[in-house]
Amino acid sequence: MAKQPAIELKNITKVFGKVVANKDVNLTAYRGEILSILGENGSGKTTLMNMISGIYFPDEGQIFIDGQEAVITSPKDAFSYKIGMIHQHFKLVDVFSAAENIVLGLNEGKYNLNASAEKIKEISEQYGFELDPAKKIYTMSVSEKQTVEIIKVLYRGADILILDEPTAVLTPQETEKLFNILRRMRDDGKCIIIITHKLHEVLSLSDRVSVLRKGEYVGTVETAKTSEAELTEMMVGKKVSLNIDRSEPENVQDRLVIEDLECINREGVKILDDITFTARSGEILGIAGIAGSGQRELLEAIAGLQQVQYGEIIYNDPKTGEKEDLRNKTPMQIRELGVRLSFVPEDRLGMGLVGNMDIVDNMMLRSYRKGKSMFLERKAPKDLAMHIIDDLEVVTPGATTPVRRLSGGNVQKVLVGREIAASPTVLMAAYPVRGLDINSSYLIYNLLNEQKKKGVAVIFVGEDLDVLTELCDRIMVIGSGRITGIVDGRTTTKEEIGLLMTKSKQQGDDCNG
Amino acid sequence: MIIQFICRAILLGVPLLYGSTGEIVTEKSGHLNLGIPGIMYVGAISGVVGSFLYENSCGNDIANMSPLLAVLIPLLCAIVGATLMGLIYSFLTVTLHANQNVTGLALTTLGIGLGNFLGASLINITKSELPSIALTKTSSFFAAKLPFADKLGWFGDLFLSHDFLTYFAIIIAIVVSFVLNRTRVGLNLRSVGENPATADAAGINVTKYKYVATCIGSAIAGLGGLQYVMAYANGVWSNNAFGDRGWMAIALVIFALWKPSVAILGSFLFGALCNANNYIQGLGTETQELFKMLPYVVTIVVLIITSMRKKREHQPPQSLGLAYFREER
Amino acid sequence: MAKKEAVKTVREPLFHVVKRDDLPWWKAWLIRVATIVIAIFLVGILSVVVTGQSFGGTYQIMFSGVFGRLFEGHTTMLWKYLQEIVILLSLALALTPAFKMKFWNCGAEGQALMGGLASIICMIELGDKLSYPVLLAVITITSIFAGALWGVIPAIFKAAFNTNETLFTLMMNYIATQIIAYYVYIKGGGSNVINPVSAGNFPSVGGNDYFVNIMIVSVITVVMYIYLKYSKQGYEISVVGESQNTARYIGINVKKVIIRTMIISGALCGITGMLLVAGKDHSININSVGGQGFTAILMSWLGQFNPFIMVVMTAIVVFLRLGVAKVADTALLNSSFSEIMVGIVILMLVGCEFFIHYSIKFKHKKEAAA
Repeated sequence: MAKQPAIELKNITKVFGKVVANKDVNLTAYRGEILSILGENGSGKTTLMNMISGIYFPDEGQIFIDGQEAVITSPKDAFSYKIGMIHQHFKLVDVFSAAENIVLGLNEGKYNLNASAEKIKEISEQYGFELDPAKKIYTMSVSEKQTVEIIKVLYRGADILILDEPTAVLTPQETEKLFNILRRMRDDGKCIIIITHKLHEVLSLSDRVSVLRKGEYVGTVETAKTSEAELTEMMVGKKVSLNIDRSEPENVQDRLVIEDLECINREGVKILDDITFTARSGEILGIAGIAGSGQRELLEAIAGLQQVQYGEIIYNDPKTGEKEDLRNKTPMQIRELGVRLSFVPEDRLGMGLVGNMDIVDNMMLRSYRKGKSMFLERKAPKDLAMHIIDDLEVVTPGATTPVRRLSGGNVQKVLVGREIAASPTVLMAAYPVRGLDINSSYLIYNLLNEQKKKGVAVIFVGEDLDVLTELCDRIMVIGSGRITGIVDGRTTTKEEIGLLMTKSKQQGDDCNG
Repeated sequence: MIIQFICRAILLGVPLLYGSTGEIVTEKSGHLNLGIPGIMYVGAISGVVGSFLYENSCGNDIANMSPLLAVLIPLLCAIVGATLMGLIYSFLTVTLHANQNVTGLALTTLGIGLGNFLGASLINITKSELPSIALTKTSSFFAAKLPFADKLGWFGDLFLSHDFLTYFAIIIAIVVSFVLNRTRVGLNLRSVGENPATADAAGINVTKYKYVATCIGSAIAGLGGLQYVMAYANGVWSNNAFGDRGWMAIALVIFALWKPSVAILGSFLFGALCNANNYIQGLGTETQELFKMLPYVVTIVVLIITSMRKKREHQPPQSLGLAYFREER
Repeated sequence: MAKKEAVKTVREPLFHVVKRDDLPWWKAWLIRVATIVIAIFLVGILSVVVTGQSFGGTYQIMFSGVFGRLFEGHTTMLWKYLQEIVILLSLALALTPAFKMKFWNCGAEGQALMGGLASIICMIELGDKLSYPVLLAVITITSIFAGALWGVIPAIFKAAFNTNETLFTLMMNYIATQIIAYYVYIKGGGSNVINPVSAGNFPSVGGNDYFVNIMIVSVITVVMYIYLKYSKQGYEISVVGESQNTARYIGINVKKVIIRTMIISGALCGITGMLLVAGKDHSININSVGGQGFTAILMSWLGQFNPFIMVVMTAIVVFLRLGVAKVADTALLNSSFSEIMVGIVILMLVGCEFFIHYSIKFKHKKEAAA
């Protein structure tokens, strides 16, 4: 049987402000096949798929469904073309049962949950799902919730299914189960598009792979005729030289020693497991990994914001030479121990700064407690604010402008500036250049380098492998909450890191460079 | 004695039942309407104005009055008045994204002002010497008992002796309960209150649901005001006599865990608690006053227990009190 | 294809609403002031319609209802006006720290009643046992304590179990009301009034009974402004209100701040109760606070957490309340007319915030053109 194109994208371009999310993307998916869309974080995979499912509307280009041009302006339109998307963040009502969520918003005559439950059971049996239609969402595991989302689109008759990072939250067993189901759907003639960046999954599941890089379409290959190495190269591209300064580490000492760290999230899933590493003074330690592999939790655990189940976080005080265990201490207690730990969190306006407060008041977040007076001392923070505005060239009408009115780059300068001003001994930065223009990014790299020269132990969580390999002295790669390798930043290659990132289980040895 | 006590409790409970059924409908759409006391008040005075005008147009002879019109006119007036209040609330909170608590409280101020002003004006017109206005004739139609009520002994007293608005309240509560739990509309409405973004993505018109739920809820609550005047107070309106029943209706919503069917029994229980002081022998008036705080204490206890146990079915709708603005998704 | 497009354009709304945060503060205030002017104008028109007075005459009566014969040197009405302002203002100030923390304290009514109850108990029970200064001190301490107690109970449950504070504080009002009813019945000898108590009254200064109250609230206004803007605790309140995540990040103990702030809020409500009892009525009944606890919520909110703006807002609202009541009185109408007007003005002010936070954009045909 000749394969029929189910969906074709022609010259799709989407621009958000100044950022080009997708540029001239062409893509074809056939019925009866599983197509993987592969790409690093920020390569535009999700944006592309959101255009098919009606969340965004393309600025340029056309979408063809079964050879007919289609205009998809809302999720409802997408449903009418039998397109169903399973988002990474589930859209479910927690207190409803599975069946209630599945029929929500539908208008199929008489409301009869029992009849719907029957239909749900039929679908489940057909593809091999296990789902109790009466079970409430809030009692479900992530995998069950995903099942509900998938059945929700099947129930609406979708035959083009798009799954955004479906395995990110699943255990290997659950992943295997899901893959079997997807294969059954393929055999049933459905068109399955799966967004992922895990190579081994791509290879084991899909028929063809399309690769995106930085919003552009790189190419499509047949899975049977490709290799991990080829895909990695397509994904990360040729090495781009960024000319970031990197001095030799001086006076290297163990500053922060993490042993056997283990954390469990609210759902009871292990998000960090067996994490052991050392952050050294005068060195930048990079942390690479697919988004959501436990980077945030690791930094928050060190900063005292995440409950630690097991393990040790030992801080070597450079002044006294004493060792302090920071495990399960509040941020306040950590500071009272005299540990100068600075933290630039990923969520700048939601955690690092208060959007509605001005720059001066945001400066005070770290320092307002100083002194015995019950009143605030605004002189020093104001000086600091002026200092940061001058030094880091923050574009702002003044020091009394609420930070939420500043552009992303300037917000980050304010945050990083404040954290550095505390003259830290450990500086942790999570995705500090995300969303920043080139100049601001370099300014941040330089700041981190300066700190390194001052003897600070810098931990840098990044996503751009070019940056990581040029900036960091050592790079620790984590995958699914475990360390998959620690490599020397000067000798490693993007391919090596890329492979370590996509390795989901514990295969990497500790190759400390 | 016991029969009398129960009947009294039911009579006291019915305005609360209307109020809380209305508030439940509104809260299920994600709106905490603190304007309910004002809305009930407006419902009451609208009914009074309507029946006052009708009574006057019929002259002094009760025979001139059509029982149907005597009942329908106040009923319609109460519904229209209360719905208009609900419309103001939903325009401000849904369309203009105004703060729900602030809007609701301002609406209560407005509603009570309106009620007292109109009430006083009517009293003025009648040149009555008492600070009240009596619509006893209309009330007699409202308070009509079911046939056989007097002949069947305790059974008749307990089940057949009530005014028709009492039965109507129970029917409405059951219907609302049915709609919420057993129909597509109810499912959609609940999803709007729980997670409007999800509802929106599922193609549900969130704004429409919020408007309709708030207005219907207000209309139901308004009937509670009417029942109070016409049945409980025998058609006598006097300013501020309605008291804190509106707030108690909101308390009852929590007590009933957002379930109209529970609210039916809850309202009778509240009525009984309000009234228990009169039936317990040997209570001084001062202790009776203390007794009157029972419904509130019980509500607080329920509120605390549900928040401690965190059983999801017993929590307020998840996005209660939050404005929904699609572009903030 | 073409057909499909046509359907789309119909469904596309003509305009859409976008959030904005770039409105300069003066423009925002221009909108608010314009709304107030329009609202007062509307109140005039409605009054004219209802009373049949002339337009100018209506405002004249309003003015005389508030200030009396001030220009002829009679200041009695002015003092009463100020007295009414300070009571409402004092409650609004009390609620502000809680609101700034995004804690919906709807229990000012009850917290003030409890403060008032503490005052009257001291006045009645200790009036002849303690010297005047000591009695005043005891009254102050017990009122503050009673108000704070009533405020902290919901806060403890909020901090521990995240119990809904709006509903909790509301319920606490009515428990307070019944306690007052109980006490009044006992002390009033079966009636629902207590005869004015002469012990423990605030001194009159220069023959003016209200002077002390006005002074106290003036001081509270300034102190509250300083507390919120310049104290470390005020800063913590802002951080917790804006983002609990940030508060956690910098090591603020959120639970402690919630409880501490509600103690302050309740205590200030308690002080208001004392002002009502010891400084104004010298008695208590269940309507002593008279719903002002709810109006105060609106005042605090409309005052944008700024005590000085609250002074202006309460002055306007009390002006309307007294002035329109006089207009209604003159026309032999019920004074509740003023409540209606106050309600309308507040609703308009609440509604006008929309135009400050959002702007309406008319749809460009850009998207449909694809």
